[in-house]
Amino acid sequence: MPEAATISPVAHQFEDATQQRHAATMGMWVFLATEVLFFGGMFLGYTAYRVYYSQAFAEASRHTLVVFGSVNTAVLLISSTIMVFAVKAAKANRRGLLGLLLLATASLGAVFLVIKGVEYTREIHEGLLPGPHFHIDAANPHHAQMFFYLYWLMTGVHALHVGVGVILIGFFALRAWFTNAFENHDTPVDLLGLYWHFVDIVWVFLFPLIYLVDRHS
Amino acid sequence: MKEPTARIYLLTGVALLTLLGLTIAAAYMNLGPFNPAVAMLIALAKGSLIALFFMHLRYSKPLMWIFAGAGVFWLGIMLVLALSDYLTRGWR
Repeated sequence: MPEAATISPVAHQFEDATQQRHAATMGMWVFLATEVLFFGGMFLGYTAYRVYYSQAFAEASRHTLVVFGSVNTAVLLISSTIMVFAVKAAKANRRGLLGLLLLATASLGAVFLVIKGVEYTREIHEGLLPGPHFHIDAANPHHAQMFFYLYWLMTGVHALHVGVGVILIGFFALRAWFTNAFENHDTPVDLLGLYWHFVDIVWVFLFPLIYLVDRHS
Repeated sequence: MKEPTARIYLLTGVALLTLLGLTIAAAYMNLGPFNPAVAMLIALAKGSLIALFFMHLRYSKPLMWIFAGAGVFWLGIMLVLALSDYLTRGWR
């Protein structure tokens, strides 16, 4: 097995395993910083248009399916909570438990995507997909369309990140069970956890901006 | 690096779900101009809990804080500079 030879070796540029671990973690945070700016541009666009088209954004937001969004937020928060226990299991070298917890995390990620898919389908049927067939009962349909353009863009890019996470976490579950890749080497699981929590944080901000703009009137 | 206990993780998870309930409840109440502010403050609280406990920032070295903070800092520059224009176009 090729992994057996590569269990947590310290690459020659590092003093010891701790330094190697810190370098890897730091690299992940650098990647996440680029992701913050990537999503940040879309949040900036959203904010500018929401200020300009506040009436249309309030109307359009009421057309989103708040129950789907709320359930999905809970699904992601719970999956993140399970992920931290997976990282804990990796640190304790409990491979069976690690695989199980990773599988649970990935499954909840898949549940999120299924719910989002059902939501998307219903919205397409209602004519809420921007384009020639866009239709909405709002004072200014053009402004409302801008909300839904941002909605599809931001949730779409986020869902892509969830999809990547589900695939990676599922793959890691298999590696935990069938290889000894994580034997005394939990850094990859730790970094994957950081990615998954970041995706969760993005959704935590998306949720109120999309579903809860104006629910009280 | 000190390791948070399972208890802390569970409490964080419960706190996150409670805040989710809170933000939904707040959205259905008429708080006038404070609705968006409350929603964003709760989102910030949730994001901070995830970063501090789930992502271990609270237990990490200052170096990680610098790199995690850098992303937020540059995001802040982008938002503040761009919005200082968009939000002050009084002639619109």
